[in-house]
Amino acid sequence: MPEQLIFAMEVTLNGLMAGVLYALVALGFVLIYKASGIFNYAQGVMALFAAMTLVGIMQGQVPFAHLINAVFGGHITHFGWNVPGVVAIGLTVAVMVLLAWLVQVLVMKHLVGQEPIILFMATIGLAYFLEGVADLMWGSEIKTLDVGLPQGINLWIDETTYNIFGYGFFIDNLDIVATVIAALLVAGLVCFAQYTKQGRAMRAVADDHQAALSVGISLNFIWVLVWSVAGFVALVAGIVWGTKSGVQFSLSLIALKALPVLMLGGFTSIPGAIVGGLIIGVGEKLFEFAIGPLVGGATENWFAYVLALIFLVFRPQGLFGEKIIERV
Amino acid sequence: MFYREAGDFKVSYVDDSQTFPIKFDRYRYYVVLAVAFGLIPFLINDYWANAILLPFLIYSIAAIGLNILVGYCGQVSLGTGGFMAVGAYACYKLMTAFPEVSMFIHVLLAGGITAGVCVLFGLPSLRIKGFYLAVATLAAQFFLVWLFNRVPWFYNYSASGQINAPERDTFGIVITGPNASAWATYLFCLVFLAFCALVARNLTRGTVGRSWMAIRDMDIAAEIIGVNPLKAKLTAFAVSGFFIGISGALFFAVYLGAVEVGEAFGITKSFLVLFMVIIGGLGSIFGSFAGAAFLVLLPVVLKVVGVDLLGWPTDIVAHFQLVIVGALIIVFLIAEPHGIAQLWRVAKEKLRLWPFPH
Repeated sequence: MPEQLIFAMEVTLNGLMAGVLYALVALGFVLIYKASGIFNYAQGVMALFAAMTLVGIMQGQVPFAHLINAVFGGHITHFGWNVPGVVAIGLTVAVMVLLAWLVQVLVMKHLVGQEPIILFMATIGLAYFLEGVADLMWGSEIKTLDVGLPQGINLWIDETTYNIFGYGFFIDNLDIVATVIAALLVAGLVCFAQYTKQGRAMRAVADDHQAALSVGISLNFIWVLVWSVAGFVALVAGIVWGTKSGVQFSLSLIALKALPVLMLGGFTSIPGAIVGGLIIGVGEKLFEFAIGPLVGGATENWFAYVLALIFLVFRPQGLFGEKIIERV
Repeated sequence: MFYREAGDFKVSYVDDSQTFPIKFDRYRYYVVLAVAFGLIPFLINDYWANAILLPFLIYSIAAIGLNILVGYCGQVSLGTGGFMAVGAYACYKLMTAFPEVSMFIHVLLAGGITAGVCVLFGLPSLRIKGFYLAVATLAAQFFLVWLFNRVPWFYNYSASGQINAPERDTFGIVITGPNASAWATYLFCLVFLAFCALVARNLTRGTVGRSWMAIRDMDIAAEIIGVNPLKAKLTAFAVSGFFIGISGALFFAVYLGAVEVGEAFGITKSFLVLFMVIIGGLGSIFGSFAGAAFLVLLPVVLKVVGVDLLGWPTDIVAHFQLVIVGALIIVFLIAEPHGIAQLWRVAKEKLRLWPFPH
């Protein structure tokens, strides 16, 4: 088998793994968009915020330590205890639920019925606000996150592929774990949406706000629920990405990476988010592999957007999106 | 009492269609122009020019440009940073290729080139709308920044990959480079701002502007009553690109002098200009000014209060700035979705009845 082809296969596999990670972020968007029609730009910052909170709790950092020191003097930084990962994750989920409630009560409740673009702008404002708060709370330096996910080269794949092709593929264990987590998460979300009372209520709200209201579903509660679930998804994405590349500001930029995924898959479709993520992941890795060296590299920065743009011109609602019907 | 149309008789069509129908507004406008052109250049120093006035003037141009696209034509764009970069690099290539030509020409040409690029990236708007379009313009943002980073022809093969503005003049007065004086750069930008504001104001109340607004309010209905969406959308992209290109050229050549494209024209720039438009008021030229002034002044004020008065570390103040900008955007959207311009309108309405409201 020619060497180039084998490399291309490895790149494709890695692209699939990266695509799963994109899909993970995109899921959070789809959930909120479906249920409330809000395009939540803050999803990436929520992932950053969740990851920072998790690290902060695990290491026993004092929230706002830097600020307190600056205002009152003193040098407090840590409580001096370490919290085990599982407990810290539980606490972080609680924080994200609290955040969801605050967002609903303080922001979204007052914006019901506004135009979608206004809501979108509000979430951009929310993103800035959260980013500032996260930095103030936990400090802006790069942190390492380790909740015990395996990392490093997967030896079994390396060996097997070496025996078959005479060349060992480099696949990160973390990517495999991330794929499993994403699959579990999607399965869990689907079960939640299909088989629980709250999940059904959520889908009803997504279908038609007024009809849902008239059968006695509390919109307020559902929205808090949706934001909480999105917060949970953000936490999962934050953990995986944070373990992969450290908890830092660039984590919030994965939101931008998730946008072309959404456009490809359609804003309203969970399978779309996953398929879109895989297409984008594989596409950008293969493009970089094949064309990148010819044009100076770093094509990953824009390839996804341009692909999505070209795609949209031919199919404006995305792969799996609902058909856009317009009436005057 | 003094702010009303009563007694101000219009006796010709020209009178009737003037920009400021109320006499007080007209005089206020002349006073502002007189102060801006006649007084400030004599008082200006380097700090005021570089910290406040130049960024205000340049961002105002960018905000007017974006406001035409988002506020008047309803096409949300997140590619402002990339389009400003086109203006900057076009200006740079022109400056280095034709050193003897006046800077005025260069900046205008840079605007024209940006208009062309903007139209090109505006083409998908004929098929896709709303959020999808907003995300599609991100393609422009990332692709353009990548292009200027990676293709050496754009930065004249300089080793650092940066572009540096060489010393150029107009009418014998140095405008760019380290030897430019504050008043000259200020006046240079001010001329462009006045020009852009005038053009924008008159375009938006004419045929073109009305067709933009029809497209914004409901594109299908607009099409049915005979507005050509192709023409309306693409002219909006072109005019917007022209203004944004001018602002990008000024931002690079006059204000910064040396630019690294990812840093100066990144995605944050796109959001910054978008925030100016939202906080100022969508669909209002005055709002563009107000939004630009607000977001230029806010960091300066915060720095003066936080760092100089309270003695906090700069990084905390920077984080607070994020929190405050974010919170302000939300508060504005909740309290006044139409921005500062709406507050201004309400104030004027009150003033018309003052002191005897009914």
